[in-house]
Amino acid sequence: MKNTISHRVADFLKNFPPFNVLDQKDLETLSEEITIIYKEKDNIIFAENDEPHPYFYVVNKGAVALKKGTDKSIMDMCDEGDIFGLRPLMAQENYKMTAKAHEESILYAIPINIFKPYAQKNTAVGNFLIESFASNTRNPYSQSHRGKLYDEVLDINPVGPNSQILDLQSVQYSRKLVTCSASTSVKTIARKMTEKNVGAMLVVKDKLPIGIITDKDLRNNIVTGKYPITTKASAIMVSPVITYSKNLTITQAQMAMMKSNFSHLCITKDGTPNSKAIGILSKHDVMVALGNNPAVLIKAIKRSKKIKSIKQIRKSITHLLQDYLDQNIPIKLTTKIISELNDACVKQIIKISLEEMPTKPPVKFAWLALGSQGRSEQLLQTDQDNALVFENVPEDKLIKTTAYFLELSKLINKGLFDIGYEYCPAEMMASNPNWCLSLDEWKKTISQWIINPGTDEVLLSSIFFDYNITYGDVNLVNELSEHIFEATKKYPIFYLHLASGALQNPSPTGFFRQLLVEEDGEHKDSFDVKRRALMPLTDAARVLILSHSVKSINSTAERFEKLAELEPNNEEIFMACSYATRALLKFRTKQGLLHNDSGRYIAIDKLTKEEKIKLKRTFKTIKEIQELVSIRFKVSNLLR
Amino acid sequence: MIDFFKKKVPDYPDFWWEYENSFNEKLTDDLSAVRFVVLDTETTGFDYLNDRILCIGALSLIDKNIALNQSLELFLKQEHYNAETAKIHGILKDGGDSCISEIEAMEKLLRYLKNAVIVAHHAIFDITMINRALERNGLPKLRNKVLDTSNLYKKTLLTSNVFKKKEHYSLDELAEKFDISKKDRHTAIGDAYITAIAFLKIKSRLKGKGQLRLKDLLKMG
Repeated sequence: MKNTISHRVADFLKNFPPFNVLDQKDLETLSEEITIIYKEKDNIIFAENDEPHPYFYVVNKGAVALKKGTDKSIMDMCDEGDIFGLRPLMAQENYKMTAKAHEESILYAIPINIFKPYAQKNTAVGNFLIESFASNTRNPYSQSHRGKLYDEVLDINPVGPNSQILDLQSVQYSRKLVTCSASTSVKTIARKMTEKNVGAMLVVKDKLPIGIITDKDLRNNIVTGKYPITTKASAIMVSPVITYSKNLTITQAQMAMMKSNFSHLCITKDGTPNSKAIGILSKHDVMVALGNNPAVLIKAIKRSKKIKSIKQIRKSITHLLQDYLDQNIPIKLTTKIISELNDACVKQIIKISLEEMPTKPPVKFAWLALGSQGRSEQLLQTDQDNALVFENVPEDKLIKTTAYFLELSKLINKGLFDIGYEYCPAEMMASNPNWCLSLDEWKKTISQWIINPGTDEVLLSSIFFDYNITYGDVNLVNELSEHIFEATKKYPIFYLHLASGALQNPSPTGFFRQLLVEEDGEHKDSFDVKRRALMPLTDAARVLILSHSVKSINSTAERFEKLAELEPNNEEIFMACSYATRALLKFRTKQGLLHNDSGRYIAIDKLTKEEKIKLKRTFKTIKEIQELVSIRFKVSNLLR
Repeated sequence: MIDFFKKKVPDYPDFWWEYENSFNEKLTDDLSAVRFVVLDTETTGFDYLNDRILCIGALSLIDKNIALNQSLELFLKQEHYNAETAKIHGILKDGGDSCISEIEAMEKLLRYLKNAVIVAHHAIFDITMINRALERNGLPKLRNKVLDTSNLYKKTLLTSNVFKKKEHYSLDELAEKFDISKKDRHTAIGDAYITAIAFLKIKSRLKGKGQLRLKDLLKMG
C-alpha cells in the first residue's frame, strides 16, 4: 500500500548502497513492504546461531553492535544507513554473530523475498553485494569493512577490542613498496613518486634496501641546484636505511624516528638490512596508529565542522578510556584527560552552534557545566546539566537578549544530545528559561536559594554550585562565585541546610555490614553506587569547601586534597576521602563501560570478593566524613 | 411483546457487527502480543459539531514492529469545507479519485481497527471526531481502549517541585524531545508515525516496577 511513510523510507534508503542504484519505482515498491522496528538499548535483534529471519536490516537511527563468541567482543558497529544480517540470508546459513542495539535504535526490516529479485535483476546491486561479501575474506564475520571505530583493532586482533597498549601494539606499515635501483635517475624517481603518491622511495639492490630518497632529499639536493636532475639515485640517497622487523611497536617506531631524525623506516623480513624489504613505515602511519592518543583526538575535535564527526570522536574517547582503565593508569590522570576531551567536545559544539546563529551574541556570556561535568568527574556520558549566564543588559533589551541566548542554548543542547548526552529529565539545561539568565537575575535566584533554604533550594544549589565554565567570559563566572561567597557568609544558616542535605543520602550498608541494594524498581537488587557512595562524598566536599570560600576547585577528590591542606589536623580523613572518591569513580566507570550505561547501578553478585572488600572499605570513610560534617555544622537530628 | 424486543436489536450493517464481535476476544496483558493502532485525523477545524474529518492515517504496531503494508490512509469527500485549515494540511476539497464517502471510510476504519488498542496524541479529539462521524451515519461509538501519548509522556517526567510539568505537550515537543523527524508533520499518517515512535520511546522509559503490562499503561493514560 502506497503511503507517505513508505515514501519517507524510500527517501532515506536511496542515500545508501545498494539502494542508491535501484530505480525510484522499485525502491518505492520495496519500501511499502518494509517493517519499521524499534529496539531499546541492549535489545537483541538476532543471536548467534539463530535461524535467519525473513528480513535483513538497515539502521535508520541509532547504532547496532555485531558481536561474536563467548566474550561477546564487538566485531562491527552499524550506523545510520548500514546494512546487517543480509549475508546469512543469501548464504542460507544461521547467523554467525549476535546483533544488539548499542543505542536506542530504529531499524528497517526489508523482506528478503522481495529484495532478492532486485539483486538478481540489477547487476549493480549484485556487484555491491558480492564486493561487500568478498571484502570479508580477511574477516569473514564482518558484514563489511569500513574505516570506522574498531578498524585497527580488527586488523591486529580479530577477537576484538581487548586492551590495546601502544607499547605492545604493532604498527600498520605500508606494504605497497615503491622501489628503484641505485642507477635510476632522480627525474624518473620524482615522476614515479608523484604517480604513486608516496613521500619516499626505497633504493634496493637484489631486493635488499640500500638507501632511501624522500621528498626532503629531492628538495635539498636537486631543487637547490646542488645536483643536476639527471643525477643517479646513489648520489643523493640516504644510506644506510634504518630497518626494523614487522613486529615493531608504535612506541619503538616513534623512538626510532626521534632518535634518527628520519621520517621513514624500512621494514625488512628479519629486521636487518640484509634481508628482503617488505614495507615502509612513515611518520604519518605512526600518527594514524596513534588515533587513540589524546593530543590527536583534541586536534580532531577542534577541526570538526559537523556535530556528526564529533560523535565519531566521542566513540574513540570511550575507547581510550577503556584502554586507560585496562592499563591501570592512575584514575586521577585518566579523569583529567577524559574531562579535557569531553570539555573540548562541548566547546566545539558551542562554536558550531554559534556559527549557526544568524547574528553574533549581543553581549558576553558564559556556558556553565553543572553537576558531575562541572566537577570534571564525568567519565561516561550521562545526562546533560548546564546553564547560561549573560552580561546584564538594560531592561528594555532583556527580553530580546534572553530570546537570543535561549535559541543558542537550544542548538547547543541538541548538539550535545546528538553526540550522546541525554536530555536532563528535570530540564536543568540552558534551553530552559529558568537556567538561562542574566548575571543580575542569577544573583537574585541564588540569593533566594541561600536565604530560604528549603529542600528544593538545597537540591538546586547542590547541582548549581559545582558549576564550571566551559565557554565564554570568565569574569561573569567569577562575579557569580563572589556573590555566592558573600551571600553564604551573610546567611550561615545555609551551611546547616547544605550540610543536612549532605547527610540525607541512604546508608550504603545495613546493620550486618551487608551491602544494601535497591528494593524495588527497575534496578532491584543492584547497588546504587552514585546515591549511596559517591554523592555523600561529593556533598560533604561541597559544603566544606564552600565554608572555606575556596573557588575554582570543583573536583571532589581535589576538594578533599585542598581541605587536607587547609586543615592539617584532619588531613588523614580528608586524604582518605579523596582516595575513596577516586576509587569509587573508577568502580563506576568500569561498570559503566562493561554495560554501556552510566555505571550507576552495580550488580552485587557479579562482583569479585576483592572488589566487594574494596567497595566496603570506602564506606568506613564515608561514615567518618558524615560524622565530621554533622558535628561541624551542628546538624541536629531534627533536621536530618 | 416479542415484537417489542425485536425492535430493540438495531439495524446496523454487517461490518459493525464484525467489529462488535471482535471484542469477544479478551485482550492479553502481555504487551508484546497486543495490537496497537496508532492513528491521527486531520480535520477541517476544531469544532466537534461543524467540522469534518479530512483524512485518517493509521499504523498498526505489534511487538515494537510497524509493518508498512499494514497501514491505513483514508481521504474523505467533503461537504463541509474550511479553506483556512486546508492550507495547513494541503488537502483540497476534491482530493481526486482516492476520496471516499464518510460511511465508506468508517467501514474501512472499523474493519481495520477491530479490537486493537488505539494510541493517539490528544486522543480525545480524534476519538470524538470519529464518534461524531459514526453517529452521523447511525452507528454507535468506538469501543476500543484508548491510550493518549500526551498523558503517557507526562508520566515519564520527574515529579519534583523543582520543575513544573506543563498541562499539555504538543506533538512537536515530543518529536523534538525524542529526536523524531518532523518532515511529515500535518499529514495524518505522518503524525501517526511520529506518535508511534514517540509511544515506543515513552513505553521504554516507563519501565518502572518490573514488567510493564497493558493494565498499567491503560491506567496511566
